[in-house]
Amino acid sequence: MRKVAVVGFGIAALMAAVALAQVAPPPPQRAIPDPVSGRQFATPETLAIQDDDFLNPAFLWVEEGEEAWNRVEGTAGQSCASCHNDARETMRGVRARMPAYHPRLQRVVTLEQQVNICRTERMGAPALPIDSRPLNAITTYIALQSRGMPVNVDISGPARPFFDAGERFYNTRRGQLDMRCGSCHEDNYGRYLRADLLSQGMSNGFPTYRLKEQRVISLQFRLQGCVNDVRGEAPPMGGEEFTNLEFYLAWRAQGLPVESPSVRR
Amino acid sequence: MAAPIGQPRVRLPAQVRAGEIIEIRTLISHVMETGQRRDQAGAVIPRDIIRRFEAKFEGETVFAMDLAPAISANPYIAFPFKAERPGRFEFTWTNDAGESRSATQDLRLA
Repeated sequence: MRKVAVVGFGIAALMAAVALAQVAPPPPQRAIPDPVSGRQFATPETLAIQDDDFLNPAFLWVEEGEEAWNRVEGTAGQSCASCHNDARETMRGVRARMPAYHPRLQRVVTLEQQVNICRTERMGAPALPIDSRPLNAITTYIALQSRGMPVNVDISGPARPFFDAGERFYNTRRGQLDMRCGSCHEDNYGRYLRADLLSQGMSNGFPTYRLKEQRVISLQFRLQGCVNDVRGEAPPMGGEEFTNLEFYLAWRAQGLPVESPSVRR
Repeated sequence: MAAPIGQPRVRLPAQVRAGEIIEIRTLISHVMETGQRRDQAGAVIPRDIIRRFEAKFEGETVFAMDLAPAISANPYIAFPFKAERPGRFEFTWTNDAGESRSATQDLRLA
């Protein structure tokens, strides 16, 4: 009888602790409290391209995105502008707070996914493939409207489990090389990996014009590259794992100015 | 099949005095496929580049350039020009298939 009471008390205490944890999970601690942008790891030649809006080839995507913003598509006879009017005003700050928790879908969505949600649900238009040129053009145009604003994603409340899942992905060793994201971007940034200067892996410049690819790429395309580089099997772009990871990465870069569209090697 | 030549971007300085040497800047959206690469199946991706760029001022060629496969995608081309009179520029980009795309811009003097 006494033993049962003790066990019962123990369970009650455990449940209380769990309940407490659900009310207020401890705030996460950043491994790099004062992050620096990928800018600091880029060469002067690369930055010269980024800092000149005419020279920066990503502005070809910006122009395509602006055109697509105003173009009617789909069965509803609407464009992005039908609801959102002038992107230069209504899209200001959007890139800075994405990915974000979507209450109705009860999960975190990226900017790319939100564009496709609008297209399929409001416009009656087909979803654009993730990392395709037309989708990257729209997200680049939207991201530009937040340039210079600090990254500020909300990981509180119902978004927290998705953040935690992203953090787990980040810290899980994977691939034949058995590396976690932080093996490069926390333990060894500022050092050379063969010819490449390792950055802190901050996501504030995406979508970015990547000189290697000679096109604008989305963050999740780069993430696939990272996983492939450690000889792992990359999950699909637009899937749950990378979306949660993108959410976690945005929090890592919290406070850094949005640089999109940046130029990187 | 040749990839479409994208929308060109051209920039002239806004304020130009007669006799001033200005820089004319152009950027064109194009894949500049070298012909050296292979696709996933191992087949050679055919070469598809912008082969020639020409700039005419009032019908007279003032700058021309032959492009080569080693030039990056979305070629940026800039050249100096001595502005002596107002007039119209015509810029033309031509690809391997002989298709071309043009843009015009007027030079105004302050």
